[in-house]
Amino acid sequence: MSHPALTQTPVYVYEKPVRLWHWINALALVVLAVSGYLIGSPPVVTGGEASDHYLFGYIRFTHFSAGYVLAIGMAGRAYWAMVGNQYARQLFAPEVNQRAWWEGVWHEILWYLFLVPEARKHVGHNPLAGLAIFLFFVVGALFMIVTGFALYSEGLGSGSWADLAFGWVVPLLGGSQATHSWHHLGMWYLVVFMITHIYIVLREQFVSRQSMTSTMIDGWRTWKDDRP
Amino acid sequence: MSERPDSFYDVMRRQGISRRSFLKYCSLTASSLALGPQFVGNIVNAMETKPRTPVLWLHGLECTCCSESFIRSAHPLAKDVVLSMLSLDYDDTLMASAGFQAEEVMEETIRKYKGRYILAVEGNPPLNEDGMYCIIGGKPFVERLRYAAKDCAAVIAWGSCASWGCVQAAKPNPTQATPVHKVILDKPVIKVPGCPPIAEVMTAVITYMLTFDKLPDLDRQGRPKMFYGQRIHDKCYRRPHFDAGQFVEHWDDEAARKGYCLYKMGCKGPTTYNACSTVKWNEGTSFPIQSGHGCIGCSEEDFWDKGSFYDRVTQLNVFGVEANADTLGLAAAGAVGLGIAAHAAVSSTRPKHTETQSKEKENV
Repeated sequence: MSHPALTQTPVYVYEKPVRLWHWINALALVVLAVSGYLIGSPPVVTGGEASDHYLFGYIRFTHFSAGYVLAIGMAGRAYWAMVGNQYARQLFAPEVNQRAWWEGVWHEILWYLFLVPEARKHVGHNPLAGLAIFLFFVVGALFMIVTGFALYSEGLGSGSWADLAFGWVVPLLGGSQATHSWHHLGMWYLVVFMITHIYIVLREQFVSRQSMTSTMIDGWRTWKDDRP
Repeated sequence: MSERPDSFYDVMRRQGISRRSFLKYCSLTASSLALGPQFVGNIVNAMETKPRTPVLWLHGLECTCCSESFIRSAHPLAKDVVLSMLSLDYDDTLMASAGFQAEEVMEETIRKYKGRYILAVEGNPPLNEDGMYCIIGGKPFVERLRYAAKDCAAVIAWGSCASWGCVQAAKPNPTQATPVHKVILDKPVIKVPGCPPIAEVMTAVITYMLTFDKLPDLDRQGRPKMFYGQRIHDKCYRRPHFDAGQFVEHWDDEAARKGYCLYKMGCKGPTTYNACSTVKWNEGTSFPIQSGHGCIGCSEEDFWDKGSFYDRVTQLNVFGVEANADTLGLAAAGAVGLGIAAHAAVSSTRPKHTETQSKEKENV
């Protein structure tokens, strides 16, 4: 799976639901980051009665809707990890118990430090990518989903489903204001991931020996040379 | 003199209420609780025989603002609460006796009402230096608290001091002031936070416990749900301006004069659980937001250490630096962006290894 690929023929890696999820998820993250930032530092409307405007209400509605998309998408993606092909599982399960995998992480680090002459081929994620995506995206998004619904439960009120499922998070993080702050910081954690992710996949598409960005569009991993 | 403690009925008769009025009151109570007429007898019996629950009110490391608030209760009047509804056997601030006489009352209540009295605690015990930062009656307060709590039915933690620690527990907390629930572990602790709590909330909590002889429904953090179940924000009369996006941005701007939402001025209404926006203060006259200042979140845990009262995005004290989420995040994103730019620049100057190498190999 994460071992260097031995095949030379194109491989169908990302099935349709995975690709669809990826792009919906990407859109949701952008919407969440922008609307979330605006919730912390809202734009101001002037003039008229309060009943003439609903700007902040719409911003919050957008944020909550996109939050649901992220959470439901994550659940769907976890389901696909179980029923999809072998590559669908990689997102949630970096093979940390395998020595060769760690060796692969190290090799990728050297590759990005320009210390090894060429990249290895990987059908699925390369080990470093798998590790980074797990630590930044999976852990980060789960943290945002949990803290997000905890904050959402404050609006729904005590006894609501969100309160019963996620309300315990608020006292754990030191109260509502602190939970807001951590949720806000989590946004930047994901922004850092997004910047890095986009740079790396574009770079790999052009510099490495395999397809990268286009694979998430058509699903096929193609190779630029026929050596192992 | 009989040993039988005063019942509610005894007290009501002493207040000049006739037997006839008393029975009417019992019938009304039965119907308002939707209990049919046959239950009137039960209520009469309970009122006649159930002894009043005594309350011991201890003061630890505190500023007495809870007591000051309590005696201003309008509904019910603090006078009625103290004189008729509860038997406040010991409260060194409010009681007439002092010194050894007062201490004797406390001893007697603990002995006589073992396991039945309510312990109300205002302030908290400092634990550092064996509790020497708060000495009452020649003993560290923490010892006195443990002693009084040993035989009580339940503990009420008045105010943010007893509930969370409040100002005296603010960083670095040299006296190690500790909230009551972290010292008394074997009794139910009802937190009534606020600095101070609203007078009516205090009297209502204590009246509820005495009337129904049970603890009020508590939330996850031990606060009575009936007063701490919603945020100030949820019932704020300025909420329409929040949803509209009409915010005050300076204390002297047009929006401030028009009474718009104080969210951007750091109002903690959206993150504070309390009844200020419904019960209000001083006989329902006003509350901070109504008088033009944002909520400072005084009933929230460690509100003193949670950044400025006037910032929306507050300081986070993490990783040894004090910065808010935006400054931290922008710095991190900026650093990563610069790193990527540098990496991309280096990448572009290097020959494409795969191509050159494959060519080299072809040449060999």
